[in-house]
Amino acid sequence: MGLLRVLLLRLATTAVTLAGVAVIVFFVIRVVPGNPIAMMLPPGATDADIAQLTALYGLDKPIWQQFVIWLSGVLQGDFGTSITTRQPVLGLVLGRLPATLELSIMALVMAVVMGGLAALWGTKRRGTRVEGAIDVANGMALSVPDFLWGLVLILLFGVLVPVFHISGRVTPSLDLPFTTNFYLFESLLRLRFDLWADIVSHMFMPALALAIPLAAIIGQLLKQSLKETMHLDYVTLARTKGYGETHVILREALRNAVLPTLTLVGVQFTFLIGGTVIIERLFSYEGLGNMAIDAVINRDLPLIQGIVILFAVIFTGVNLVVDLLYAALNPRLRHA
Amino acid sequence: MSFLSVRNLSARVKGGPALLRRVSLDVAAGEVRGLVGESGAGKSMIGKAVLGILPNAVQVTGGEIWLDGVDLLALPVAERRRRIGAMAALIPQDPLTALNPSRRIGGQITDRLVDILGWARARAEARALELLAEVQIADPARVMRAYPHELSGGMRQRILIASAFAAEPKLIVADEPTTALDVTVQKQILKLIAGMQAKHGTALLFVTHDLGVVSKVCQRLSVLYGGMVVEDAAVRDFFAAPRHAYSAALLAATPKYTDPMASLTPVPEAVIAAVQAEVAAYDGGAHG
Amino acid sequence: MLDGRGQVKRRAGLRLWLSAGWLGLLVIVAVFAPWIAPKDPLAQDLFLGRLPPFWVNGAEPGYLLGTDSLGRDVLSRIIFGARIALAVALVAGTVTCVIGAMLGLMAGFLRGWVDLVISRLIDIWMAFPPVLFSILLIAVLGPGLMSIIIAIVVIDWTRFARVVRAEAMAQGAMDYVASARVVGRGRVGTMWREILPNVLPTIVVLLTLEMGIAVIVEAILSFVNLSIATDDPTWGGMIAEGRTSVYQAWWVLVFPLVTLFLTVLAFSQLGEGLKDRFDPVLR
Repeated sequence: MGLLRVLLLRLATTAVTLAGVAVIVFFVIRVVPGNPIAMMLPPGATDADIAQLTALYGLDKPIWQQFVIWLSGVLQGDFGTSITTRQPVLGLVLGRLPATLELSIMALVMAVVMGGLAALWGTKRRGTRVEGAIDVANGMALSVPDFLWGLVLILLFGVLVPVFHISGRVTPSLDLPFTTNFYLFESLLRLRFDLWADIVSHMFMPALALAIPLAAIIGQLLKQSLKETMHLDYVTLARTKGYGETHVILREALRNAVLPTLTLVGVQFTFLIGGTVIIERLFSYEGLGNMAIDAVINRDLPLIQGIVILFAVIFTGVNLVVDLLYAALNPRLRHA
Repeated sequence: MSFLSVRNLSARVKGGPALLRRVSLDVAAGEVRGLVGESGAGKSMIGKAVLGILPNAVQVTGGEIWLDGVDLLALPVAERRRRIGAMAALIPQDPLTALNPSRRIGGQITDRLVDILGWARARAEARALELLAEVQIADPARVMRAYPHELSGGMRQRILIASAFAAEPKLIVADEPTTALDVTVQKQILKLIAGMQAKHGTALLFVTHDLGVVSKVCQRLSVLYGGMVVEDAAVRDFFAAPRHAYSAALLAATPKYTDPMASLTPVPEAVIAAVQAEVAAYDGGAHG
Repeated sequence: MLDGRGQVKRRAGLRLWLSAGWLGLLVIVAVFAPWIAPKDPLAQDLFLGRLPPFWVNGAEPGYLLGTDSLGRDVLSRIIFGARIALAVALVAGTVTCVIGAMLGLMAGFLRGWVDLVISRLIDIWMAFPPVLFSILLIAVLGPGLMSIIIAIVVIDWTRFARVVRAEAMAQGAMDYVASARVVGRGRVGTMWREILPNVLPTIVVLLTLEMGIAVIVEAILSFVNLSIATDDPTWGGMIAEGRTSVYQAWWVLVFPLVTLFLTVLAFSQLGEGLKDRFDPVLR
């Protein structure tokens, strides 16, 4: 038992899940009506031109052969060539990934900070009007999905009090010295705080929209589990030692209360990443999700496949990390 | 004046029944007082009130708790906690739940010394090691680094005792400290507490339902029924001749260590009815 | 304000009635839309484009909430949009519920290979980003009301299956199930007669929440312009148009957004309110 076993077990189920995703993505997409090849060629192309290009993309072979070719390519890191841009899918996808990752991580940090503070404050003031107000706010935030929060934020901070940018990732006229696509991190490393501020101002609202529902979940769960912990004997014992309520919550209760919350937050974080698809569209943010919607509209099969697989890898990866983190934080598992 | 003096303490469940009815008791410096009664008699509530850890749903409705000449109930919460933390300590009932599962033992013994009393960490750790040895733990250095789940229930209770004595408090509340343990371990722990108390000269408020334990450890005792003190006596006098009918019945219902096979008499219904009438009369008087 | 455990009491009744009231109003508006709507939701009039709502200077009487860039009446479009939203909520919600709950019930109670297959499918489904999955399905199925419903069912059955499976497993471990088996009821009979009634409150709560989700999915798909024929009035389509002209005509975005917001909130609060009502079963 222990970390290694947990890791191996989870890796095995992850592999099965990813294989299932690959099969479904491949076959669902083959049903798409409309000939993508015909759309690539200029009007007036001959049947021979179409046949030649179809052969080039391997679309003339039986579907199971296409699957084998595609899957063996994927396993070697070859996701094929995008039909619309005629560039390798892997490069396109990896080029957009940093934007989406930065957005998701910023949203996660915001959610943890907001939800954590709400839970701690609500626990400290349990049984008072403050807790009641926090419960109502959490309930509201939880009931309404990120898409609607995004629109509300656009109206509030884009139109009514225009303090943040409502579209794009960075002001287009700016000169960008970056070598990677991790603009947020690289601008910090290069000490270009002017660029950093511009990027944050673009990311703030989409990240907040993604963060609000997750913050509510964290706030609710953590508060509930903190309140349960606050009744336990070791917490009472700490009070007799002379500690104030804030210290008792932070040092005695928090760590044990975080564990049950953590697993659920992991699943919820994958929902958050899934939410980037529509939020990026809403805020015209140049990430994976926005690219995915364009790919669907343009019937760019190889690109769609690549993006969906990448999302699936991220999702299962997050769940894997959460499970390991849970095992690592739980002293009973760590020393067993 | 006594080191701990509880005067006319009353408490109730918020919007519910009374739990304590004008309870008064004193513990002199270095004295051991037993607090006995059936479950629900309010004996644990008194210990919790003294240490300022009453549940949120319980509300003190009157009285005073004087600790070293200061009325705790007149202090603001934060100051009350610091004062209690510096002068008093708790030996809890269940050693399995009274240690934080995610913190190492060492930190749970030294935290009060460092944070509340302002000791240097090295001095606090040396003190903790010394105390662990004193409560007869074999490998104190290893235990300091251990997590609670790695230790047995008896070990954990010894650690909690060491932790209670660590800051040399003037008063310790022991809340049924042997109830949750195996019978074989109970005797050792009892002996340990009595030995530590004698050595450190700490006043002890010993909450228990077991008169046998009281006869061994305590000098004075208070008998509770329905949140009222029905008898307050020296242990020797009490066992010779209890004054209250309920106390006498309780004593008759307790097995004798000298003669455990002697037949036991349950508390007679008439005595219960009489003492319940006393409580009711008190409540009537309080409301009238 | 406080109960015996020191918890803040919630006024569950109020939010239950408010949400039910709003949804009831929507149903009436949707059913009687042709009689209630002041204008034809499709009628364009370029001379009356981007008229503000009635209390703003420059408003035209008869167009209470203003018009969009093509001169279509915003209020009438919201009213007719309620028909599509509620139709999707009702049909997609119910079908998803029946299929997902069935699979969850089978997995949780029958266990064995049935559970193995269904659980693995749920795992695979959880690895898809749902919005992208739905957009993809619409691209495959082609736009239209039917496609939206199918997409929602295909994607969201796991919501029911996951919860019902866990619940059925918990119920299956209880004594009353064993005694039903002892009395001689078959496995499938036990599932229908003993387990299903006990997980029903959970299913009802999930169904209510799912209806809210269906409304949102429809709006998202309309927003991405993949839902219904572009002319038809959908709240999502109106929001998409409003988003592009938010600086010139905020009302085109605000009114459908507020309607959608309240509707989603109402479904969710109704679900939460019901959950509190069923308290002993759910907690």
